[in-house]
Amino acid sequence: MKKVHYTMIEGTSLGFWSLLAILGAFIAAGLASSYYMEHHGHIVTGMTNQIVWGTPHVFAVFLIVAASGALNVASIASVFGRKLYKPLGRLSALLALTLLTGGLAILVLDLGRPDRLIVAMTYYNFKSIFAWNMILYNGFFVIVGAYLWTMMEHRMNRFTKAAGMAAFIWRLTLTTGTGSIFGFLVARQAYDAAIMAPMFIIMSFSFGLAIYLLVLMFAYRWTERPLGDAVVYRLKNLLGVFVASVLYFTLAYHLTNLYVTEHHGVEGFILLGNNGGEIYSKFFWIGQIIAGSLIPLALFYMPVFGKSRFFIGVGALLVVIGGLCQMFVIIVGGQAYPMSLFPGMEVSSSFGDGKVADYSASLPEVMLGLSGIAIALAATAFAIKVLPFLATSLADEVADPHYQANDAATGAEASA
Amino acid sequence: MSLNRREFLGAGAAAVAGTAIAPGIRLIELASARSPEDAVSMQQRWGLLIDSSKCAENCSACVSACHEENGVTDEGSPTTDAQWIRKVTVKNPTSGYSHSLPLMCQHCESPPCADVCPTGASFRRADGIVLVDKHICIGCRYCMMACPYKARSFIHETITDQKADAPRGKGTVESCTLCVHKVDRGDGTTACAEACNKEGHSAILFGDLNDANSEIARRLKTEASQQLRADLNLNTGVRYQGF
Repeated sequence: MKKVHYTMIEGTSLGFWSLLAILGAFIAAGLASSYYMEHHGHIVTGMTNQIVWGTPHVFAVFLIVAASGALNVASIASVFGRKLYKPLGRLSALLALTLLTGGLAILVLDLGRPDRLIVAMTYYNFKSIFAWNMILYNGFFVIVGAYLWTMMEHRMNRFTKAAGMAAFIWRLTLTTGTGSIFGFLVARQAYDAAIMAPMFIIMSFSFGLAIYLLVLMFAYRWTERPLGDAVVYRLKNLLGVFVASVLYFTLAYHLTNLYVTEHHGVEGFILLGNNGGEIYSKFFWIGQIIAGSLIPLALFYMPVFGKSRFFIGVGALLVVIGGLCQMFVIIVGGQAYPMSLFPGMEVSSSFGDGKVADYSASLPEVMLGLSGIAIALAATAFAIKVLPFLATSLADEVADPHYQANDAATGAEASA
Repeated sequence: MSLNRREFLGAGAAAVAGTAIAPGIRLIELASARSPEDAVSMQQRWGLLIDSSKCAENCSACVSACHEENGVTDEGSPTTDAQWIRKVTVKNPTSGYSHSLPLMCQHCESPPCADVCPTGASFRRADGIVLVDKHICIGCRYCMMACPYKARSFIHETITDQKADAPRGKGTVESCTLCVHKVDRGDGTTACAEACNKEGHSAILFGDLNDANSEIARRLKTEASQQLRADLNLNTGVRYQGF
C-alpha cells in the first residue's frame, strides 16, 4: 500500500463552472420558492391543516438522515480501523457537513416564520426532541468539523481516532433524534413506534453510503483520477448489506403493525392502497421496495451487473430515489391516514375527520426540496476545489491494503 | 338625633372593627375567585363539560360564535382555513346510531403539543388553559403532528381584521384559547357555551373543575362523563357525556 496524497481538483474547466451554474440555478429557484411561500403564506403550497409537513420535509429529513450516514465511511476507518476506508474519510466528513446543511436549509426555509430562527436557537423546551435536535445538529457541525481538521492537519492526526469516535457516537444520537421525531408522536397510527429510531439509523447508513458512492464515482471519473475496483466493490457490497437491512426493519415494522388489529386500517392504507391510499402503496411497492431495494440488490450482487461501474451507479441512484419514496410514505402517508379520535366509530366533520387527506405537491415545494440537494452538491464541489479532500489516486495499489502486484488481475474479481 | 358619649363610642368601635375585619372577609373572597389583575394560579382548572345528547346535529351556533368572538374568518379554503372548534358527527357502524358534538382543544393537563414544541411557544397556563405564545412560535407545525385531537390550525395566509383579544399571525399555529380573554375578564363563560345556551341547547358548560361548588364539578361528580382518547391519559380539561 502506497502513501496516499490528497490534492484539490483543478476546477477551472467550463464543465466545472457549468455544474456550479446549474446547481446555482436550482438554489436560486429554491430561495425564490421560499420567498414566494413566506410572502403569500403556505396557502400556495400543497400543505394543509391535515398534511402539515409536505415535500420540503421529505427532502429535508432524507438529507439530514443521509448526512449522518455519509459519515460512516470515515467512521469505519477511524473507529473500526479498516485501512481501505482511510483515504475515503475526508470526503465522507465533508459530505456529512454539506448534506446536513442542505437538509437544514430546507427545514428552516419551510418554517412558518423562518425569520425567527434566532428564537429557535435561544428558546429551548428540553422535553421536545426538536429542541434536542437543534443542539444535535449544531453539535454535529462542530464535532465533524473538528474531526475533519484532525484528518487534514498532520499535527492533529493523532487525535483522529478520538474525534472519529466522538463523531460516530454523536451521529448515532443525532439519527436517533431524527427517527424519534416520528417515534415520539403518540397520536398517529403510523408513528408512535420505538423501531423508528433504529430504522432511521439503518436508513441513514444506506442513503448516506449511496450518495457517497455516487459522488465518489462521479468526481473520480470527471477528474480522471484513478479509482480502483477494490474501493468501489467494497463500498457497493457494503451498500447492499445496508439496503437489505433497511428491508429487514421495514418488514419488522409492518409485521408488528399487521399483528395488531388496531393498526390494520393504516397497514391496508399503505400496503394495499385501501381507502384512497393508492399513491402511498405505489410509492411503497414500486418506489421503495422494487426500485429502491430489490433492483439495487440485484445490480450489486448479480455477477453480470456487479462489476459494471455503470450499473453500480444506477443501483446507488435507485437507493437514493427509493429512500425519497420511503420518506414520502412515512411522512406524508403517515399524516394522510385519519387519526383515530373515536376508536371503532365512523366520524365526519368540516375539518376532514375520518377522511383520508389529499395532498399534491406544488412546484415551489418541489423546488425548495431540490434546492437542498443542490446546496449540498454545490458546497461539496466548491470545497473539493479549495481544499484537498480527494485522494489523488484510489487505485488498488494505493487504497487496497491487501494489494499485491502479481494478483492485480485477480484481486479485483475476488472482492467483487 | 343626638348621640350620647356611650352610644358614640359604641358606634365608633363598630366602625373601627368593621374597617378592620372587612379586608379579611374580602381576602377570603379573593382566595376563591381571582381578580383580573392577579396572576393565574393552579387553584383553578378551567374546563368544559359537553353533553352530546343535548347537541343538535344541524346546529353550529358554537362554531359561528367562537369564530366571531376570536376573529377566525372563512377564507373560502376548507383545507387550510383555521377551525378552532368544529362539529364532528360520530356514527356507530354496527348500530347506525349517529350523534354530533363540538370538538376543540381539549386543554390537556399533559399536552402533547407543549411537549413537542421546540421553543416552548405551546404552553399550559397554571389554570389549565393551553395556549400558543405567538411571539415565539416559529411555525414548525410539530404540535399539529402531535395533537391527538387535530385541534390546531396553521395560518396559511395573511390575516386582516383581527380581534384585539385574539392576536393571530400568518405562519404561526393557533387553537381554541378557551376564550382566555373572557375568562381573565371574569365573564365566567366562553363564546361557544354562551351561544349554545342562547340556542336553548345548553350542551356546553364552562367552569372550574377545581371548585367543588361549581356546576361543572358537581355534575362531573354525580353524572357519567368521559375524556376523548382517555387511553392516552392526558387528563383533558374538556369532558364529554351522552355517548
